[in-house]
Amino acid sequence: MKPRLESQRLLALFAAGCLLLNYPLIALWNRDTLLWGLPLFPLALFALWGLLIAALACLMERQPD
Amino acid sequence: MSPLLVVAVSLAYLLTLFAVAAYGDRRATAGRSIIASPWVYALSLAVYCSAWTYFGSVGRAASSGVWFLPIYLGPMLAMVLAWLVLRKMLRIAQRYRITSIADFISSRYGKSPLLAGLVTLITVVGIVPYIALQLKGISVAFDVLTAVPAALARERAWWQESTVYLALALAGFTMMFGARHLDSSERHEGLVAAVAFESVVKLLAFLAVGAYVCWGLFDGVGDIFARAAVQPELASLFAPGQGMAFAHPQWFALTLLAMLSVLLLPRQFQVMVVENVDERHLRRAAWVFPLYLLLINLFVLPIALGGLLHFGPGQADPESFVLSLPLSQGQPALALLAFVGGLSAATGMVIVETIAVSTMVCNDLVVPVLLRTRRWSEGRHDLTRVILNTRRLAILAVMLLGYCYFRLAGEAYALVSIGLISFAAVAQFAPAMLGGMYWRGATRHGALAGLLAGFALWCYTLMLPSLAKSGWMADDFLRVGPWGLDWLRPEALLGLGGFDPLTHALFWSLLGNVGLYVGVSLWRSPSVAEASQALLFVDVFERSSQLQPVFWRGQASVASLLALAERFLGPERARELFERYAREHGRSDLSRLDLVDRLEPLQADAELVHFVETQLTGAIGSASARVMVASVVEEEALALEDVLAMVEEAKRLLLHSRELEQKSLSLERASAELRAANEQLKSLDRLKDDFMSSVTHELRTPLTSIRALAELMLDDARAEAGGAPAMRLEQRQNFLAIIVAETERLGRLVNQVLDMAKIESGHAEWQHAELDLVALIRRSADTVAELLRERGALLTLELPDSPVILRADPDRLTQVMINLLSNAAKFVPAGSGQIRIGLALQRDRVQVEVQDNGPGVAPEQQALVFEKFRQGGDASQRPQGTGLGLPISRQIIEHFGGQIELRSQPGQGACFSFWLPLGAPDNDKNGDRA
Repeated sequence: MKPRLESQRLLALFAAGCLLLNYPLIALWNRDTLLWGLPLFPLALFALWGLLIAALACLMERQPD
Repeated sequence: MSPLLVVAVSLAYLLTLFAVAAYGDRRATAGRSIIASPWVYALSLAVYCSAWTYFGSVGRAASSGVWFLPIYLGPMLAMVLAWLVLRKMLRIAQRYRITSIADFISSRYGKSPLLAGLVTLITVVGIVPYIALQLKGISVAFDVLTAVPAALARERAWWQESTVYLALALAGFTMMFGARHLDSSERHEGLVAAVAFESVVKLLAFLAVGAYVCWGLFDGVGDIFARAAVQPELASLFAPGQGMAFAHPQWFALTLLAMLSVLLLPRQFQVMVVENVDERHLRRAAWVFPLYLLLINLFVLPIALGGLLHFGPGQADPESFVLSLPLSQGQPALALLAFVGGLSAATGMVIVETIAVSTMVCNDLVVPVLLRTRRWSEGRHDLTRVILNTRRLAILAVMLLGYCYFRLAGEAYALVSIGLISFAAVAQFAPAMLGGMYWRGATRHGALAGLLAGFALWCYTLMLPSLAKSGWMADDFLRVGPWGLDWLRPEALLGLGGFDPLTHALFWSLLGNVGLYVGVSLWRSPSVAEASQALLFVDVFERSSQLQPVFWRGQASVASLLALAERFLGPERARELFERYAREHGRSDLSRLDLVDRLEPLQADAELVHFVETQLTGAIGSASARVMVASVVEEEALALEDVLAMVEEAKRLLLHSRELEQKSLSLERASAELRAANEQLKSLDRLKDDFMSSVTHELRTPLTSIRALAELMLDDARAEAGGAPAMRLEQRQNFLAIIVAETERLGRLVNQVLDMAKIESGHAEWQHAELDLVALIRRSADTVAELLRERGALLTLELPDSPVILRADPDRLTQVMINLLSNAAKFVPAGSGQIRIGLALQRDRVQVEVQDNGPGVAPEQQALVFEKFRQGGDASQRPQGTGLGLPISRQIIEHFGGQIELRSQPGQGACFSFWLPLGAPDNDKNGDRA
């Protein structure tokens, strides 16, 4: 049942995305630190965003057989 | 910068847009669509990024730091579920020809015209100001670029302002590419191509400005942040809470709002659902679209900080940093590019939003009213032109409404803050729309109550306060509540505090909306119309389009349906559709409808009625289509039991068709097998014939020579009896020797054929004895030594000194070796042949090779040489022989558990090799080898 597995994965990724981009996990990045000269908070948001896109691309581009 | 230049550039950009759209349309008519690509689809989704993104994000970032981000993180999360939710929306819309959100919601709840009208009303109220905001964005950008002071700009008359011309040009564009002809699928390829093109332009322009600010104006992104960190009021911008506690509820609310908006904004629905060509494109778009959003947001914070550093806080409008930063550095070309980017962001949004809103206005407000008039509902004349013109008029009206609002509102708060207010308005569709896709029990009354409550609360908590803040009405009701009732204060309803106005409004409106939607839906069970539509929507993935139940029963004549379709789709298109229906459903009686006497007596079945209604839905919306179809047919009211029975029937049909499919599949497989077997038999038969002729030929040659020699000798004997001079003795001996040799050859041939037949049939006798393979090979080589000497071939033996013992039939193995060797001798070049025999011991088996330097065997022949009755090479070049030597050898080797194979490249000679297991006991291959 491959399609079912795919929808479960998508739902899991959605849940993970919602958790990662909201309180309280997002508060973990709320620090006054610089990383490579860039402020941590925006950097973390963009990085999480990029990770979500990569994971979604992996799931979506997998050839359904 | 000279206004003329800016106008000229804008004009050139708009002309390019026309060209792109015209090209897209032309390619579509030629059947070579350019939008049939997941990339174009993904780019068209980026119409989400309007001028509000392009200019506004920087403004937001300059005043509140990372708070521009949730608007783009929401779509990211929504796109994770696109393949599940959006695909369902797409499938429903395409199957039932739904062309707008209003139509989607009304169709789900029993095709209610009231619901469609309400959704349209909410859309117009919520979206028209949003269109105005886009026009304002362009107008401000134009003023910044041409350095017109804001005070002067406000005093201009409307005809002196370029925005009105822009609005008119956009209306023209939208009419031209969005309402050229009435198409029941409402697809506009040229328009989508233009929107995708605009998405590329705005992204590139924004990235160019970002790169310039980071590396041209400053010394990299790190430099900007380092300099900003020194100034406390700037440093607080990239610390998330700006010194205060981070407003997590607001963050969540904004994310949720954007997540719903990306599905429910009319322009998003238009490009994502209506204009979609292939639902598989969603797979790529689901991640490319968020990636686009990420890219276009990458430089927002650096540009905002860079602008504040460069001009100093409060000195310049952050919303136009994209333009003013390049301008202040004497980079007019870059500023112009940035302007074109903003123009593309605004025009893309305005065009698509206008077409989506005007479709709703036309189908769900104007047409239902027109259909109530006698002239419309009963006449027989063609209405396509009227509908098309209504749609064009609606486009113009929406555009002008947007322009007027822009002129009236000007700098007012109501316009500036409209982006999120619009989002909150369309978010009200979420319960009815998404709930309707998954919950069968939802009813029309529930949806109506939910929408009304949500809309009312939205108006009260968000729209009214924004009007008050613009100074258009007294704002004391904001502070003390209407009639002094404190608990009714719009921004702290029932005393609920601690939220910002948007979160507060979103909470109350969605609470009221969902609460009434669920509550009222649960009040009573769905009516027949609601239940049947619910089944079609919720279970859309469960049936293919041919096997869905049609909930209709009654009497209808084909003639009246055809007449109806002709009125709304045009005579030509209607007949074309009927022809197509006849072809697809195998209804030959429905073709050639131009013959009146054929048409008159025909009765339509439920499926045809449903087909016509679906086609009409595409043109005038589901509610109006329902009314019109109902007006020309006699319908029987259905009870809920009938609907359920019809679902059962459809289910039965589905099972039945699956069974049939399976049966036909297995039949197909069986017939393919039979065909293959037949082919094999035929080819075997042919081979047998070939073999017979080849064997007969082989038998005849020695027979002929025996007979000729015998006759000669007979004649000679007679002559001698008659006293004539006789043959010499040597000659006679010679003749007899030849006869003996030929007889032997005949015997060999017959033996071989018999041998093969015996082995094949399993009647052969096998000996099993211990034998030394090395010795056996040497003996075989001695046997063929004479033959090799005749051919002038040189034989080398590469054999180990110690014996190799295995159990097999020595005579048979000798037969194999002689076969291989004489085979090689036959093919090596006369006089210079070289043959090599090699023997290699491997762990549990022994391998023997016979390599020659003959012409080799062509690759396509290699598989054939071991087959019975076949000989390598053309029939003409075939050396003498039965063609049975190699097949017999293979049978023998395989009998002893080994394998024989041929490796050869043409021109490199051939190498036959076989291996045998060491210590293989019997023909029982699984025997005790251990």
